[in-house]
Order: sequence, then C-alpha cells, then structure tokens
Amino acid sequence: MEIFLFQFLNFDIMRQAWPIIFGGAQMTLLLCLAVIPLGLAGGLVVATGSISHSRALRLVTKAYVDFFRAVPPLVLLIVIYSGLPFAGIRMTPFTAVCIAFLLNASSFYGEIFRAGIESVGKGQWEAARSTGLTWVQTYRHVVLPQASRNVLPDLVSNTVEVIKLTSIASVVSFTELLYAADMARSVTYNTSPIVLAAFLYLIVLWPIVRLVSRLEHRLGH
Amino acid sequence: MTGLERFQDAFLKPELIARYWPDILSGIAVTLEIAVAVVITGLALGLALAVIRSYRSRLANAPIIVFVDMFRALPPLVAILIVYFGLPNLGINISGFAVLWLVLSLVLAAFAEEIFWSGIVSVRKGQWEAARSTGLTHWQTMTSVILPQAIRICVPPLTNRTIAVTKNTALGTVIGVGEIMNQGTSAMSLSGNATPLMMAAVAYVVIFVPVVALGSWIERRFAWKRA
Amino acid sequence: MSALLDVRGLRKSFGTTEILRGIDFSVAARELVFIIGPSGSGKSTMLRCCNRLEEPTAGQVVVDGVDLMAPGTDINAMRRQIGMVFQAFNLYPHMTALGNVTLALRKVLGKSREEAEAIGLAALDRVGLKEKAPSYPSELSGGQQQRVAIARALALEPKIMLFDEPTSALDPELVGAVLGVMRDLKAAGMTMVVVSHEMRFARDAADRIVFMADGEILEQGTPAEIFGDPQHPRTRDFVGELSR
Repeated sequence: MEIFLFQFLNFDIMRQAWPIIFGGAQMTLLLCLAVIPLGLAGGLVVATGSISHSRALRLVTKAYVDFFRAVPPLVLLIVIYSGLPFAGIRMTPFTAVCIAFLLNASSFYGEIFRAGIESVGKGQWEAARSTGLTWVQTYRHVVLPQASRNVLPDLVSNTVEVIKLTSIASVVSFTELLYAADMARSVTYNTSPIVLAAFLYLIVLWPIVRLVSRLEHRLGH
Repeated sequence: MTGLERFQDAFLKPELIARYWPDILSGIAVTLEIAVAVVITGLALGLALAVIRSYRSRLANAPIIVFVDMFRALPPLVAILIVYFGLPNLGINISGFAVLWLVLSLVLAAFAEEIFWSGIVSVRKGQWEAARSTGLTHWQTMTSVILPQAIRICVPPLTNRTIAVTKNTALGTVIGVGEIMNQGTSAMSLSGNATPLMMAAVAYVVIFVPVVALGSWIERRFAWKRA
Repeated sequence: MSALLDVRGLRKSFGTTEILRGIDFSVAARELVFIIGPSGSGKSTMLRCCNRLEEPTAGQVVVDGVDLMAPGTDINAMRRQIGMVFQAFNLYPHMTALGNVTLALRKVLGKSREEAEAIGLAALDRVGLKEKAPSYPSELSGGQQQRVAIARALALEPKIMLFDEPTSALDPELVGAVLGVMRDLKAAGMTMVVVSHEMRFARDAADRIVFMADGEILEQGTPAEIFGDPQHPRTRDFVGELSR
C-alpha cells in the first residue's frame, strides 16, 4: 500500500510537478478553444453538404464522413505531422493538431447535425418558406435551432470525446497536459504526475459525463 | 523528375512497399488480435456489470457507477500511460500488449455498461412483474425476458462505441505495441521515407471503412425497425 | 372450511403515504371474490401484496398454509402457485404465444421442451387460442393477448389466481371473451380474486364482493347484499353511482 501511494499519489512530486502540469493544462484549454469551434463549424458545413440537393455534393460529403470517421485520429495526426514534411509541407505541432481535429471532429459533428436536421419535420421547412423566408433564412433561424436542440446530448457527448482526444497531441510533442505530465514522469521516475493530470481531466469531464447520461436518460427511450 | 514522380518517390515507393509489407501485415495481425480480445472482454464485462447493477444493491452500485463514469471521462491514453509506467514501478511487469488490452477493455466495459443498463431500464416494468409472478427468479427473468428485449435497443449504440474503442488500438504505438501504426512509423524512420506510414494509413482505411459503413448500416436498419 | 388465502393485518406505505391500513380478509377454495371500490382505494396494491410483487410494510399473507413473509419461504416456488393476470397483459413481445406460456414451465418447473409445449398447448386450448400458439403478441388483439396471459398463469396449475383489472385496457367488444374464460375457470373450480370494474360480471359470477376505500375494507357480502342492500354509506354512494 505504501509503495502504491508513493508511486501513484505522491503529493511531494505532484507539488513539484504542478507548475509544469498547470502550464500543460492551459495549453490543453487553448487547444480545446481552437479545435471545438473548428470541429463544430466544419461539422455544420459537412451536414449542410449532406442534405444538399446536389447528388454529387451528397456523395462527396458521405465519402468524407465515412473516411474520416474510419481513420483513427492518431493515425491522421501522425500522417499530417510526420508524413507531409516528405512532400515539403512542414507545420508546427499546433497547426497539425488543428488540421487533424478539424478533419476528424467535423465528420463526427457533421453526422450528429445531419441526424438533427433530419429530425426536424418537413412541415417546418414548408411553413417557413410559405411565409417568404429564403432557404438560408429557414435553415438558420428555423431548422438549425431545433436540430441542435434535438441532438444536444450527442453534441455534448462528442465534445467530451474531443476534449479527451486532445491528449493525443502529446504524441507530436505539443506540450499539452498529458505531454507535460509525461515529461514530469520521465524526470521523476514516478507515476504521480500522470495521476495528477488524470485528476484534472476528471474534474472537468466527470460532471459533463454525468450531465450527458442524465440528458440521454431523459430525452432518449 | 515530375511532381507526380517526386510524390511517388516520397509516399509510394514500390521497392519500399515490397520490403515493408510483411511488417505492416504482422502489424495488422496484432491490431486485429487486440481488437478482438478487447471486444470480447469489454462487452462481457460491461454486460456483467449491468446485470449486477440490476440487483440494485447500493453496495455494488456505487463502485460500478464510479468506475463507469471514470473510464468515460478519462482519456484512454492517460490511463494507458498510468498503467504502463505505473505497474513496473510496483514490481509488476506487464507487456505493452497486455496494458493496451486491459485499458481498452475497461474503457469499452464502461461505455457498454451504460448502454446495456439504459437498455435494461427501458424494458417496461410489467415484463419484470409478469415473469416474477410466474415464479421466475431475478436471474431467469433477466436472461430469458429482459435481456433479449434490451439488447435489440442496445445494438446500434453498442456497435458505434465498439468501433470507436477498437480504433484506439492505434494508441498502442505510444507504448511500443507492434500494431500497424507502430510498424509503419518505425519503418518510416528506418527508411527515411513516408511510404511505410502511408501503407499503415491505408491498412487502417481498408480495415475500418467497411466496419464504419457496417456500423451506420446497422444503426439505420435498427432505427427503421423501431419506428 | 380452511382458507386458501389468508391476509392478516396487511399494511403498505409508500414513503409517508399509507396505502393499506390494516387489511384482513380470506378466500376459501373454489371461491370467486370480487374486490371493488373507488380508484386509489388500494385494491391493486392489496392484490400485488398477495404474491409479494409489492412488499408489505406489515402483516401476514398465508397461501395454502404457507406464510409468504416467513424468511424460509421460497417465494418463487409459491408464486408459480399464485397465478397473476395484469391489466396491461405484459406478454413477452419477443416470444410467441406458446413461448410465453411455456417459459416458466421450463425454467421454474424444469420441464423438457416437449412436455412444456404439450402443457402449454392444453392451456392455450382452455382459453380457446390453440391455433394462435405460433403467433407473436403484436399479431394478436388485446383480448387474445389477455387470454394468452391467462393461459400463461394457468399452465403452472396455480391454486389461486389473481386478476388485476384484466379487462380495463380492452376495447368493449373484446371484454366478453376474456370474461367468458374467467367464467369457465370458475366453473372448473378455480379459486379467484378479481379487482375489476365489471359490475355486471361481479353480480352474475362472484360468490362474494369486498368493498374497499381509503386502504380499508369497509364492507363485504354476497352480490345480493352489496348491490341490493349496502350497509356502509360509502358503499351505498359507490353502488348508487354505478347503477345511475
């Protein structure tokens, strides 16, 4: 038990590692502030494409969604960060992460938005258009607000997944929370810094996970 | 050299494809092995926890709920690193393969428990009462009456979650498990060329695109049947 | 004559609300007892306490000499001797009519599939639905579903059957067939306790009527006594309301 506490809940080491871990946490926050809006915006574009009247555009978005939902995000990230330089395209870890997350998250958010849009009845479109609203006005002011509300639990739950996923940025040496914690671990030969990082993830995400199961149990089934 | 040739030279060099495809193939085997092992243990554990939860004993439920919430909230890579680097410090030696299998199984079990549980509670109370009134035990009611109805509801979300968790097998590369990504990146640094990395990426696409397509097909089919 | 069902001092509370405030009543073998009363009077709760689907807060429930509340009692073994029929039928939607009827035969009594199916078909025959054996509940009318549910209880050869508003969820034209099955059971000597609003059936078929209100039994007697000459003012109000 003592050795367990020493290795996993060593408060001395946690205190020493705190500045670097806190710095990492701030970078994770920054990363989230960049990739969540990117993913949501990309998802809206994808969803709009998938309900388009153009068959070609629908096929393209379907291929895009199927492809980027299938590729593990870590694979995507490594291809972008370590593969593209062979084509003379170099970028910072931050840019690489943003691009990888845009591609990955937009396809998941896109599918969620699409399901939401399809859940809004045809009557809503017809009613709005009959009052003289344009397609874009109908989409924006009538359909999307209802669509997002209908799929709110899925949107929140996917956002939790995106936040968790930011931890893979550590693999391309972006100094976010997990990277900082792992650095502290390799210096101290002690697992406590990663446990501390885990606590930080849990403090933020646990309440959201609870909320999501509540929302799902209330709205679903 | 034209642009296309230069591209081919960097990303699809035939002699490198020839040299490294056995490595990638062995990576595919490892990825599939882990994926199958994770799906079996993860779903079985998730189902077992949901059934235990149905007995509604406060003593058993509190730890189950904490476990489920924790593994739904924690990034899998964080859990992988804690187990991979932590256990040896306790004198427990465990392979990267075993760590990946253990952590991903726990993650899948957490999500699966939640899905099975919401399926179980969605079966109407009268079904329990009817079965219990004919003398069936809790266990018999669960296995013969409740689960056959619950599992139908669970299939679409379960399929999608299972796919998501098996995609995480790529995280094994971080702790040196010889799966596809690991084979691809080490061959890339050996050869100084991106061809093996592209081969690895293609392998993932070939494996997972049909799986994801199957997942959305199942989702639509079941949604239609319920309506 | 010893009672087949004997309820003594039965109390049931949900939180601070007392639903049953001390019920004493007994049912003799081959008797058909009808329980009537305004909604919210605790009729269904009392019935559900008789096989411990509802856990009584206090009191005693004795079925065929066995105390259901005693620690050593195998409640599952007792429940198969106490048939129950529900308002919402509660058939298993993923099983055929025959599957519904045979499940407990196989799982509780450990009968082989062939044996269980023979018994099950006989039970379906008794409710006039032998030819519906391979049908799923969704393919049956409400009345047919309720008769399958009766067959499900009947197949276990219960000593007593509890009916919890068995016709309330049915369209009026489907009620007759279910009541017909209950009449046949009565003729065959089945002991039955029925919570129902079918007053005509109560008048015709019941041996005894029990009037409940506010978690208590206020009055009981033959149909002629209760409907013809009710003693308690609440009973008079209730019966008067019905005949108006």
